[in-house]
Amino acid sequence: MSIKEIWRAFRRRPAAMAGLFMLAFVIFVAAFAPWLAPYDPYESVDVTAADILAPPDGEHWLGRDDAGKDVLSLLIYGARISLLVGFTASFMSIIIGATVGLTAGFYGGRVDNALMRLTDFLMVIPTLPLMLVIISVWGRGIERIILVIGLLYWTYTARLVRSQVLSIRERKFVVRSRAIGASNYRIISRHILPQVLPLIIAQGVLDISTAIIAESSLAFLGLGDPTAISWGMMLNFAFERAISRMAWWVLLPPGIAIVWVSLSLVLIGTAIEDIVNPRLRRHHLFDARQMMSLFVGLRPEKEREEESGPGIPADLDAGEVSG
Amino acid sequence: MQRADYVIRKGFFALVTLVVVIVFNFFLFRILPGDPLRALIQNARMDKEAQARIRAQFGLDKAIWLDVEALKQGDIKGALDTQFTAYVSNLLRGNLGVSFSLRQPVSEILAERVWRTVVLLSIGQLMAIGLGIVLGLIAAWRRGSKLDTGILLTGLFTWSIPTFFFGIILVILARGHLPVGMMVTPGLKPEDGWTYWADVGRHLILPTITLGVGYLSSYMMIMRSSVVEVLSEDYILTAKAKGMSTLQIMRDHALKNAMLPMITVIGLTLGYTVGGAIQVETVFSWPGIGRLIYDAVGKQDFPVLQGAFLLIAISVIIANFAADLLYSVLDPRVKPG
Repeated sequence: MSIKEIWRAFRRRPAAMAGLFMLAFVIFVAAFAPWLAPYDPYESVDVTAADILAPPDGEHWLGRDDAGKDVLSLLIYGARISLLVGFTASFMSIIIGATVGLTAGFYGGRVDNALMRLTDFLMVIPTLPLMLVIISVWGRGIERIILVIGLLYWTYTARLVRSQVLSIRERKFVVRSRAIGASNYRIISRHILPQVLPLIIAQGVLDISTAIIAESSLAFLGLGDPTAISWGMMLNFAFERAISRMAWWVLLPPGIAIVWVSLSLVLIGTAIEDIVNPRLRRHHLFDARQMMSLFVGLRPEKEREEESGPGIPADLDAGEVSG
Repeated sequence: MQRADYVIRKGFFALVTLVVVIVFNFFLFRILPGDPLRALIQNARMDKEAQARIRAQFGLDKAIWLDVEALKQGDIKGALDTQFTAYVSNLLRGNLGVSFSLRQPVSEILAERVWRTVVLLSIGQLMAIGLGIVLGLIAAWRRGSKLDTGILLTGLFTWSIPTFFFGIILVILARGHLPVGMMVTPGLKPEDGWTYWADVGRHLILPTITLGVGYLSSYMMIMRSSVVEVLSEDYILTAKAKGMSTLQIMRDHALKNAMLPMITVIGLTLGYTVGGAIQVETVFSWPGIGRLIYDAVGKQDFPVLQGAFLLIAISVIIANFAADLLYSVLDPRVKPG
């Protein structure tokens, strides 16, 4: 399916287009933050007691936070951090995931087995506690957070790509090009990658939202980069100091911003996925957060047979005897 | 596949995972730049010798995992007298070290708090699974209708909202009506166990709703997709022709077929749900393992962090293995024997 065809199908979906506009808005805000923000949130401000957690007024549309800083400006600058983390971490994770998935699916055998056990291992380990431990010991920093998220969230992509490759590599055009002597590299880059690329992109879009939520959770739990104030960190400050005063103007905006971005990406990602692979559609919710649709019930026929032996129907009722 | 083979394979994987986690946990705290004792002894007013003494007290003056000098002299026992062997033998005896901030053995702290997290997590999970099954069934049954779309959108929304923010919203909404923090009302002098547990129950309402609603989407989606798949099978048509009612079909075919994927998803998402519990406990000051981790992060209390991480990781690995065992009993494709 070409990009043009995907775009044509994409355009016809109102939910997908809504997601695209929502995302475009955030990208616009992040790009022009210095011009849009009324104040510079990294500049020190002269604060009186009355300014702390001051409610919204004409000068500060969203009020001030616990340090007397303008909430709206923090919110606008925070978009930069969230998008930076989301895009770079997701890029890392799809590169790793696609490489692992392509290698495992294409070469099969021991390579596949080893890579899949590694994937299973990472899937079992509770991710958030692991990230918390790593960042606490290593020290906070935006580049470290990106690295940790990127290195931990590739497992679903790897499984997804592998299962696609398993079915593509048996198709006639791959078998034929092998017969005429094409190299493995050529088969992967010319025949297999183009087929799975749209799905990888869809997964990448969903990964951006996962990464943004992961960063905000880390920051909320007190492990954000102190030199880069993200939305999660704003919520951490607000939760520590503003919740007892019910300062909703500090609490709600960053949270709504996270939901806004993540929802926009989910709408876009699921739409692309649905267009390029309708069979996966009903399972999109499991993807980005490591849900295991690929383990359960949806395995490609071939893999199922490997496990259960040929000829046994996969849909037997419990208690029925097979074979 | 024979059940014994399957169980052995899964058991072996669980065991290897466990060992890797334990080894990883050791090296993480020693190899990453950042000293595990930094928070305790980095103090200009403490002289170098005192710092070295404390290092020795924690065994940090020994070699990390193999004393090469001793090995060269043929002293095998001395070569193995390292931080790593000390760590493993301590671990086997349940000794997880002493908390920097609470000055109390980590294992005691964890033992005191773990059941609180178990209670919160199990009620939250049951709620999420129950709601997920019901909503998933309805969505699949009314597939393509407005109701189905509504349920799907709700799923997308609960999936997009960070757990901690959902908790904060509930705090804002419910403040004044329901307790929004702690496990019991401070200063409560319960006359009997009944009032005590009723109070705990009231404190549990908001945290469990946060977990139950925040994590229902995966169960709902797996339910919906399995049921949709089952309902398109030919034998459903046969069942209809036999005169079975919709309710019977749902119960005997749809629900039964969805059980296997459900169990796998429950096992595999547990690690993810535990992450949610940390956030929920933090927001609602629920004094379990999650809140402990949050406080330990703030105080750089590495022994507590290390112990809590090990406890969580090991529990999740065991729970996963349990799910695999259950799966092997329920899946007809795994032959008994």
